[in-house]
Amino acid sequence: MTLPPAFQAWFARQGWQPHPHQIALLQAQGDSLLIAPTGGGKTLAGFLPSLVDLVDAQPGLHTLYVSPLKALTADIARNLARPVADLGLRVRVEDRTGDTRSSQRARQRTDPPHILLTTPESLALMLSYEQAPQIFGSLRRVVLDELHALAENKRGDQLMLGLSRLRALAPQLVVTGLSATVEDPDALADFMGGAEVIHADPGPDPDIAMLPTTAPSPWAGGNGHYSAPDVLKAIKEAGTTIVFINTRAQAELFFQALWAINDENLPIGLHHGSLAREARQRVEAAMAAGALRAVVATGSLDLGIDWGAVDLVIQVGAPRNVKRLVQRIGRANHRYNAPSKARIVPANRFEVIECVAALEAVRERDLDGDPRGPGPLDVLCQHILLTACAGPFDAGALYHEIRRAGPYAALSRAAFDDCLHFAATGGYALRAYDRWQRLMERDGLWRLRDPRAARDLRMNVGTIVEAEMLKVRFRGRGGAPLGEVEEGFAATLRPGDTFLIGGQTVRYDALREMVVEVTKQPTKEPRIATYSGMKLATSTQLSHRVLALIGDPAHHPALPKDTQGWLALQAKVSTLPRPGVLVSESFPHQGRWHFALYGFAGRNALQTLGLLMTRIMEEAGQGPLGFLSTDYALLIWSLDPVTDPAPLLDREALREGLGDWLAGNAVMKRTFRNVAIISGLIQRNMPGGRRTGKQATFSSDILYDTLRKYDPDHLLLRITADEARRGLVDFGRIEEMLDRSDRLEHRMLDRVTPLAAPLMLEFGRVPIAGAGRERLAEAEAAALMAEAGLA
Amino acid sequence: MTSYTFDFAGQRLEARAAGTLYWPARGWLIVADMHLGKSERMARRGGALLPPYETEATLERLEAEIAATLPSVVVSLGDAFDDDAAGRGLDDAVCARISALAQGRRWVWVSGNHDPGAICPRLPGTDVAELRDGLVLRHEAGQGPDVSGHYHPCLHLAGQRRRCFMVGRDHLILPAFGAYTGGLETTSPTLAALVPHGIAIACGQRALAVPIGATPRRRLA
Repeated sequence: MTLPPAFQAWFARQGWQPHPHQIALLQAQGDSLLIAPTGGGKTLAGFLPSLVDLVDAQPGLHTLYVSPLKALTADIARNLARPVADLGLRVRVEDRTGDTRSSQRARQRTDPPHILLTTPESLALMLSYEQAPQIFGSLRRVVLDELHALAENKRGDQLMLGLSRLRALAPQLVVTGLSATVEDPDALADFMGGAEVIHADPGPDPDIAMLPTTAPSPWAGGNGHYSAPDVLKAIKEAGTTIVFINTRAQAELFFQALWAINDENLPIGLHHGSLAREARQRVEAAMAAGALRAVVATGSLDLGIDWGAVDLVIQVGAPRNVKRLVQRIGRANHRYNAPSKARIVPANRFEVIECVAALEAVRERDLDGDPRGPGPLDVLCQHILLTACAGPFDAGALYHEIRRAGPYAALSRAAFDDCLHFAATGGYALRAYDRWQRLMERDGLWRLRDPRAARDLRMNVGTIVEAEMLKVRFRGRGGAPLGEVEEGFAATLRPGDTFLIGGQTVRYDALREMVVEVTKQPTKEPRIATYSGMKLATSTQLSHRVLALIGDPAHHPALPKDTQGWLALQAKVSTLPRPGVLVSESFPHQGRWHFALYGFAGRNALQTLGLLMTRIMEEAGQGPLGFLSTDYALLIWSLDPVTDPAPLLDREALREGLGDWLAGNAVMKRTFRNVAIISGLIQRNMPGGRRTGKQATFSSDILYDTLRKYDPDHLLLRITADEARRGLVDFGRIEEMLDRSDRLEHRMLDRVTPLAAPLMLEFGRVPIAGAGRERLAEAEAAALMAEAGLA
Repeated sequence: MTSYTFDFAGQRLEARAAGTLYWPARGWLIVADMHLGKSERMARRGGALLPPYETEATLERLEAEIAATLPSVVVSLGDAFDDDAAGRGLDDAVCARISALAQGRRWVWVSGNHDPGAICPRLPGTDVAELRDGLVLRHEAGQGPDVSGHYHPCLHLAGQRRRCFMVGRDHLILPAFGAYTGGLETTSPTLAALVPHGIAIACGQRALAVPIGATPRRRLA
């Protein structure tokens, strides 16, 4: 395919020259994967072949565009409108997301647009309709935007399964993946089922540095408030700024901190996934119109909404991952071939080191990333159930179709059959449901026993499992929606409590029909809203860089003065962690022994290690009371001191512990909950609105315990164990930590050490439910009774 | 402390850690909301296929309670079955197990909102709408003082959610005994209205009493 003259003229009228990668994509024969930096005209490149094709548009769906963000689909619709109008194309472009009105959805089913913009979840839903073959039969092209982001989680796996379905419905399909810079393009091409990789010019090096701050970073915490004046100053000096913060709660607080000192009333907005759709859209529109000087955002703005004019990105808090930092930096300056400008602000002392290490990695273009394992089976279970919603299927044909999805290319027939068996009967050793199977085989085809079940299944499409969220709105008739908070957080609120949402402090009044009702409370200090953010661990490569930097005093001059002093003091009173040596310390503090292990294995692995080590301590009667983990270190407090860490770090003992102890543990239960929801064992959404709290809470924990006791070999337990080892549990990184540590070095000290001090101030303590804990629960109950005069 | 002893409506009673109520003066063991057959009912209605082991799990625990207290009377305080069809559709093995438990003692099934109909003829015992014999026993709290179930009360203690008894002036509310039963917080408006002041007894390894109302709630770090 070549660029027709009308298109060449259009480019010329814009004053543009088509980029080489845009032409390359146009000429590509089969599936391709375009790796390009932000601002490289990536999206246009993806759509160009479709637009050329659609010069003489036939009715029916021609191109499907899938993006991870709803916001992106709206943005793309706007951006496509211009060339479509300029070129006089008679092409209908529409989006279809969870936000699309049901009347429009219904129409799209009978009369699809030429170009449909959607998300993986909406695609999965559309594929579950009986009309799917008619809707997608005419499909010629699929554009997968921000594929690097999708490939990081189960949404990508679900999308690839959907793609395998599309390929079966429309065999002539050509697929184009669009991705930001990644460490392993070939792996990403395999993920999309094989594609020719096209590289765009990566552009000039970014202008990136630490943001100078007047106050030094605090010892602990992650909110970065100390830097608010400096960030505000940078915002004043720039045209438009995005301030990235790692979690929603931190974004709320930082937004408030900025406004508290924003004497000039610079228009600064807030954007994160817990805000009401209306609120997010207002901010996006204001940003697109150039009405905002800055927006404080979370990962909700990581991806490609093209605002053109952003000329500064500030990352508050450690980036955790060099690749993500590079991608965020790319948000500044969407003009191709102009360097992006970015500043980063560490939130605490450890993060200072991480930021310096990350900057070095960015300059060396040393991206990080851990390869993902094969496609998870819970996503496959959901896919099988949704496939049945669309109509009867042949098991063998579906198996072969699924093997065309990159993540499932190596799926064994036995594993597929396990999933099918689970979807059909629950897959229990006790065959209790022969009469009530969900799927039955009739005339060689599998189908829903009760077609009405399709509605429930469709209501539970998706692989994003967040904590149960409750809507928040102002009290009174027609109160404005503010956003959402976690149900667990809402449960801790009592009337009169205050918290932050949407950048304002509100007072909790009541919970009415699963809506949190609040009133404005501008004066009171808020309690922090605990939205769950992704607990993203610092990557393996970045952790190694941090450890190498700490362990090499000759390298310390790269660090700010106060950080240098901190490390020097640590070297004097104890020792510095360094590559090849696993350093730990024991010291008494406030009547308890503390044990600090500087593992640099990321927060998830160190949390697991905390669970495993405290188990061994519990067995040894050392009275572990709790622990906390950060990305760098693990801190355990106990009644007795740890004098020799070697037995606690014995690989065999840890592995054995992983089986027994984690099985009954909250981390596994949380993992099981996700697996149970995705695979369709637990339905989050029921027809007729939300489940009440009472029904909702005979939770997955009970199912987990029951399965463990009566059906320990069940498919979902196997998936959970697999997943936990890779994901939250991250046992691989514990082993990696042991592998790279030739020896242990343990120090017994009489007080808190400089390196351990910040840990004492961190949040996220995990109590141990051991013998000690039961005694403490009794003590609490007794104290409460005494206080009430009842004992 | 596998049980907590308290007085209600002039009677001395024991709230057991496993979630049953024992009345020593009469030798009665009272158990609420077993919801036997819940997973089967969900499957029948085309819903999720939950692990089909909750009847087994619930009966195991009930057997242990009966073995520990050797009651002369067992009272099921309603919602013993997740619906009437579940009650009638029980496995013969399950019926035999309950019959064995009922050997040498009286068994009373108070009907609940999930199982309002007559009890399955294969099961031992009699069914009644409510029981008035020294105490008023009914499924759902009414004119107090009465002993009831229905609401599945639970609370948070030291960061853990536990099923609990609620003991107030007018009402004694039992926790749900069934394996797949959810819970309603003692602080929810409905339960707070029924028992504004009194104590809650948390189930678990031990029965732990905590006050309801009055004192501010504190948590362990």
